[in-house]
Amino acid sequence: MSESEERKPVEVLRTPVVLDYTYSAGQSSSRHLRAFGKGKLLGQRCPVDGRVYFPSRGSCPQHGVPIEGEPVELPDRGTIVTYSVNRVPSENIDLELPYAAIQVLLDGADTILFHVLGESSIDDVHMGMRVEAVWKPEEEWDDSVANIRYFRPTGEPDTPFDQYKEHI
Amino acid sequence: MRDVAVVAFTQAKSVRAERDLNETEILIPVIHDIKRGAGLETKDIDFVCSGSSDYLAGQSFAFVSGLDAIGAWPPVSESHVEMDGAWALYEAWVKIQTGHADTALVYGFGKPSMGDLSRTLALQLDPYCVVPLWPDAVSVAALQARLCLEGGVLSEREMAEVAVRDRGKGKSNPYAQVTGDFDVDALLAEPTFVSPLRRHDCSPISDGASAMIIAAGDRARDLAERPAWIRGLEHIVEPQDLGIRDLTTSRSTQIAADRAAVGKDKIDVAEVCGPFTHQSILVERALGLGESVDVNPSGGALSAHPLMAAGLTRIGEASKRIWDGSADRAVAHATSGPCLQQNLVCVLEGA
Amino acid sequence: MAERCGIVGIGQTKHDSKRLDVSMVGLVREAALRALEDAELTWKDIDAVVIGKAPDLFEGVMMPELYLADALGGAYKPMLRVHTAGSVGGSTGIVAASLVEAGVHDRVLAVAFEKQSESNAMWALSIAMPFSVATVAGAGGFFAPLIRGYMRRSGAPEDTGIRVAVKDRLNALKNPYAHLHMEDISFDLVAASPMLWDPVRYLETCPSSDGACAMVFASEKLAEQTQTPPAWVHATAMRSEPTMFSGRDQVMPQASLDNAKALYKQAGITNPRKEIDCAEMYVPFSWFEPMWCEGMLFAEPNEGWKMTYEGATALDGDLPVNMSGGVLSSNPIGASGLLRFAEAALQVRGQAGEHQVDGARKALGHAYGGGSQYFSTWIVSSDKP
Ligand SMILES: [Zn+2]
Repeated sequence: MSESEERKPVEVLRTPVVLDYTYSAGQSSSRHLRAFGKGKLLGQRCPVDGRVYFPSRGSCPQHGVPIEGEPVELPDRGTIVTYSVNRVPSENIDLELPYAAIQVLLDGADTILFHVLGESSIDDVHMGMRVEAVWKPEEEWDDSVANIRYFRPTGEPDTPFDQYKEHI
Repeated sequence: MRDVAVVAFTQAKSVRAERDLNETEILIPVIHDIKRGAGLETKDIDFVCSGSSDYLAGQSFAFVSGLDAIGAWPPVSESHVEMDGAWALYEAWVKIQTGHADTALVYGFGKPSMGDLSRTLALQLDPYCVVPLWPDAVSVAALQARLCLEGGVLSEREMAEVAVRDRGKGKSNPYAQVTGDFDVDALLAEPTFVSPLRRHDCSPISDGASAMIIAAGDRARDLAERPAWIRGLEHIVEPQDLGIRDLTTSRSTQIAADRAAVGKDKIDVAEVCGPFTHQSILVERALGLGESVDVNPSGGALSAHPLMAAGLTRIGEASKRIWDGSADRAVAHATSGPCLQQNLVCVLEGA
Repeated sequence: MAERCGIVGIGQTKHDSKRLDVSMVGLVREAALRALEDAELTWKDIDAVVIGKAPDLFEGVMMPELYLADALGGAYKPMLRVHTAGSVGGSTGIVAASLVEAGVHDRVLAVAFEKQSESNAMWALSIAMPFSVATVAGAGGFFAPLIRGYMRRSGAPEDTGIRVAVKDRLNALKNPYAHLHMEDISFDLVAASPMLWDPVRYLETCPSSDGACAMVFASEKLAEQTQTPPAWVHATAMRSEPTMFSGRDQVMPQASLDNAKALYKQAGITNPRKEIDCAEMYVPFSWFEPMWCEGMLFAEPNEGWKMTYEGATALDGDLPVNMSGGVLSSNPIGASGLLRFAEAALQVRGQAGEHQVDGARKALGHAYGGGSQYFSTWIVSSDKP
């Protein structure tokens, strides 16, 4: 080893960290995910203001109360409230670039769902666009949000801005 | 200094692994119950502070979901420490001392069953020189126990006696996890787990949460018949490097206890957070507890150890003894880091 | 009640994408030693240490403050670790100040840092949870739809964000500590940079930095004894709201507006645009400048972009914003909030060098985090409160 190499400081030390975790979806999300496994979208009403949370996570974040009532079945179509077109690769995301990441307000729901747009040019995506879910073949279904592969345009007229602006 | 008291406390039952509920769902009833019990709504609470750890949850910003449980609307004045809830209490107490708040909600929560806790805690150590060796948390505590035993600081029998004492008392605590009547000789006949530690020397791994409401002056008197006044609240950290501090004493607990004036008057009840039996002994000594003190009436950390909430729970349990009049003066303790690196001491009084 | 609190020492590191020349310890000590030197103090003068940083997964060390305690002079002293998402740097400053305001301590050291190069922040932010579909790539993926919402609501000209990006990078050229020094920055360069998360361009995005910031807080009596006059803390505020609930205004969260009102009330400010001389705000994507100009009540709703457009937020404008070059020029995440707070203090102490705003006496430091849901702010001044 030459003298200069000896004096070279250690700059990088690799310490691989591998930790396994077992997540619990939780009672509320489990109900919602099991419904997904049957091709159903289940929301729940906040007992304080009656607004429909989809997905419900067991409590209303705004009012701090448990959400326990009867589920509300929702259609698999809605409106794009806002979106972005993603051109950045991420090792956790298995989608072809570019893709439109959309926030969808399902008809009858009062909260937004994060998903992606398919069967559409990214030049056409816009706020207010009507979309519907495209499901995986039923034999591939799991108790997972991923049963919906993506949303695609329905061709219906746009939803007026005033009708969804409070969800941005 | 303003007079500040603990006026309400709730906790979830500690369990080894909560399969059904996620962290937020563990927290929701705890927060719901404490607010209902105290007759307070979010808008009546001036400050909120919580303690939790992203690494226990295995994801970044895991504490954010806690906000869902408390109903943070209208928006709350809120903060979070990546520490046990006992330190969240400290931050809330400081906030009340500034005069910018009169009431505060404090909570801590953790679900260590999601990962391999002993291995995860290795990531608290020096990332360049120690972590690459992956010493797990039980082994690190065992090194400390060995030092204490070889140095004649304590004996295996004394350690077993702590387990027998705490788990016996834990029988009357409905929130505890590992309790029962044990025999010292029988425990000592068991094989070692990570030598010199036996199973009974180690606190259980617990999923859990706890919450507390503190209030100043007259507000506290409105909210509790006999508030548990915080007369001393101090915390101290030591250098981490295991080679440069005396692991057979808890100097930081001692300093904190001195500053909190634990020894100023008689202590009736002590709630000590000792994740391992030998650590409990070191802390009890550092606190200078006399023979007459009722130590860990709740069963302590050896009966239930919901990491990130366990320290706050000690303060809550001590407060309960003040509220019910069984103690006039109590001391509670919280700890964090490998081998009792950081310690907090809280003195509570009924008058 | 609250004691007066003065900022008597400020220090920061040179921010860079990879500070391979220092360990985590070296990084935080670089900032802390500069703050102590500025305060003409040594480690033993400090009563307590408050450490802030963003998620532990960013460096791969669990509760790194335990490991750093000794290096930051915290041994056998009280030490707190704050974590409030992206606003954490600001919260760290506020907790440190409150220890003095509460009369608990006389001198407190606050340190906030991030060494992003030691792990992978983008990975740490987008860990795919089971049962879910990951669609949001990093912070940009989260905030881009909100920016689009703001553009739609305000009708702001599409080049507003480009103008902010150019202004902040020009300011950064005057700041020797800034990560990005882009001599060739121009409107055309930003406009031609690729869209990462449409509508956010590459050059409208903050860099990923290693860096740290430190400040020393002192009680009134001690603060009065320093050579350089202190920056006095006039008001602090923190507000949080849930990430998502029905009808939540994601673009202009209530927590931001409530925070601003609480802050100004405490500081006795009735006309923020007039009374505040300069503001250092957390702008990780250029469009957040006009958004937070509204969020801090400098402009009417949907009109913040006019401040950018009219040059009001330029270094020579009537309310300069991000004099240091801002988050767009340096983003050591956990430290970014404290850097904003520190810049406000530097300005009112007259220590900001080439990016000094003439005659700045009252300044705002601002930080936000999470899904635009955590806010922490302060007002500092050269005058005693
Ligand atoms: Zn509700």
